[in-house]
Amino acid sequence: MSEAIKVKSLTKSFGPIHAVRGVSFDVNHGEVLGFLGPNGAGKSTTMKMITGFLEPTAGTVIVNGHDVLENPLAVKKSIGYLPEGAPAYGEMTVKSFLNFIADIRQLTGSNRQKRIDEVVERINIRNVYEQSIETLSKGYKRRVGIAQAILHDPDTLILDEPTDGLDPNQKHEVRNLIKEMAQDKAIIISTHILEEVDAVCSRAIIIATGELLFDGTPTELIAKSDRSDIDHAFRLVTSGKSDANKEPTS
Amino acid sequence: MSTLFSIYKREFTSYFVTPVAYVFIVIFLFMTGIFTFYLGAFYESNQADLEPFFRFHPWLYLFLIPAISMRLWSDERKSGTIELLMTLPVSITDAVVGKYLAAWSFTAVALILTFPMWITVNYLGNPDNTVILASYIGSLIMAGGFLAIGSCISAFTKSQVIAFVISVVISFMFILSGFPMVLDLFQGWAPQAIVDAIASFSFLTHFTSIKKGVIDIRDIIYFAALITFWLYVNVVVIEAKKAS
Repeated sequence: MSEAIKVKSLTKSFGPIHAVRGVSFDVNHGEVLGFLGPNGAGKSTTMKMITGFLEPTAGTVIVNGHDVLENPLAVKKSIGYLPEGAPAYGEMTVKSFLNFIADIRQLTGSNRQKRIDEVVERINIRNVYEQSIETLSKGYKRRVGIAQAILHDPDTLILDEPTDGLDPNQKHEVRNLIKEMAQDKAIIISTHILEEVDAVCSRAIIIATGELLFDGTPTELIAKSDRSDIDHAFRLVTSGKSDANKEPTS
Repeated sequence: MSTLFSIYKREFTSYFVTPVAYVFIVIFLFMTGIFTFYLGAFYESNQADLEPFFRFHPWLYLFLIPAISMRLWSDERKSGTIELLMTLPVSITDAVVGKYLAAWSFTAVALILTFPMWITVNYLGNPDNTVILASYIGSLIMAGGFLAIGSCISAFTKSQVIAFVISVVISFMFILSGFPMVLDLFQGWAPQAIVDAIASFSFLTHFTSIKKGVIDIRDIIYFAALITFWLYVNVVVIEAKKAS
C-alpha cells in the first residue's frame, strides 16, 4: 500500500474562527477513509484544503508526492473531487457537462467516449443523459457530481457527502461503487451516516471543532462503546471532548 | 485541446442554451436601430455613412455590456460551481481569459448581426466601406474594454445586481473623462498636458478617432493595456478570494 495523501498539522482560520486546528493523517492506496464529525466540525474545510480550493493557514498537504501549494495543477489532475452539494452548471445537459469535464481532464481518442459511457452506465444516469442538470432531482444531481469526479479514473477520490439526498437503493449502489473502486485508489468520504462507515470504510477519522479526536478502524471505533453501537461510540468520542476538555478557549 | 479553449467553448455555448443570448441580441439590434434612425437622424443627415450608428455604441455598451459580464464570475460564486472549476486542473488565468473571450465573441456575434445597417447604407449611397470596417473593429475593441471591466467587477461579488451597478458606474467614468463637460472644467486653468491625459483615459476619445477610419496604434495600445490591466486584477481577485 503506497501513500496517496499525507496531511500534516493542517490548520485553517477564518479571522478569529479556527475551523481546523493541526489535523494530521495519511491515506494509502486501497484505503477508504471515512470522515466523521458534527456539522461545522471542519470536515468540508479539510477537504477543500486537500483539493486546493482553500489555502491552509498552516500545515502541508502532499497528494501523490505533490505539495498542493507548490504544484496545485498536478494535485488537481490526480484527484477526483465531489464538492459539498455537488455543484454543476445547471443550464448544461448531463451529456454536455460530462463532455466539458472530459475536455478539461484531457480525455481523448476512443478512450474518451468509452469512459463517458462506462461512467454513465455505472452511475445509472443514462435516462437523464440529455436533460439539463437544473431539472434533475437531488439524487440525480448528486450522481452527476460523482460521475464528474470519477470520469478520469483518478488515483485519489475525495467525496464530500456522496450519499446525501439519495434513496436507500441509490445509497446501496454508491457504496458498492466506492467499495469496488477502493482496491487501487485512495478514497476519502465524509458522511453523517455512521453505518456507512462500517459498511464501506477501512478507517475512520472523527473531527469536532476542528480537532482530530479519533483515528482508527471502524471496529476500533465500535469497541469504544460498551454496547457495541457505533452511534453510541461516536457520541462518546465527540461529547467526551466538550465534557473533558473544558478549556478556557472553548 | 487546451483547457483555455475548453472553458471558452463551454461558456460560449452556454449563452445560447438559455434565453440570455436571444434577448440580448434582439434588444441590441432594436436599440441600435432606434438610436441610429431617431436620435442619430440617419436619413435627415443625407450622408452615406454609418456615423449615426456608431455614435451611440459607447452609450449602448454602457448598459448592455455589464448585463453580459455581470454573470461571468458572480454566478460561479452564487451557484458554488467556482469550487468545481477551481479544483479542476485549470489555471486561474486560463479560466479568466477563457470566460472573457467567450463573452467577447458573443458581443462580436451581436455586432455582426447589425449587418443590415451596412447593407442599407450601401443601398442608399456610396459610403466609404473602409471607414465602416474600421468603425466595426473599433466598436468591438471598445466592447472588449467594457467587458474586461465588467468581468473583473463580477469577480468581487456573488450578487449579479451589485456587479451590474458597479460595472456601469466604472464604465461611465471611463466614458465621461473625455466628455466636453468634464474637460471644460479643466480647460480653463489646468495645463493642456493634464487635460489631454484625462481625455486620453476616455473610451470616447479613442473610439472617436477610430470611428474616423484611422486605426492608430496608440488607440489599440490603450485598449490592450486597459483590457490586460482589468483581467490581471480579475485573476488576482479570484486567486485571493475564490472561496469567500
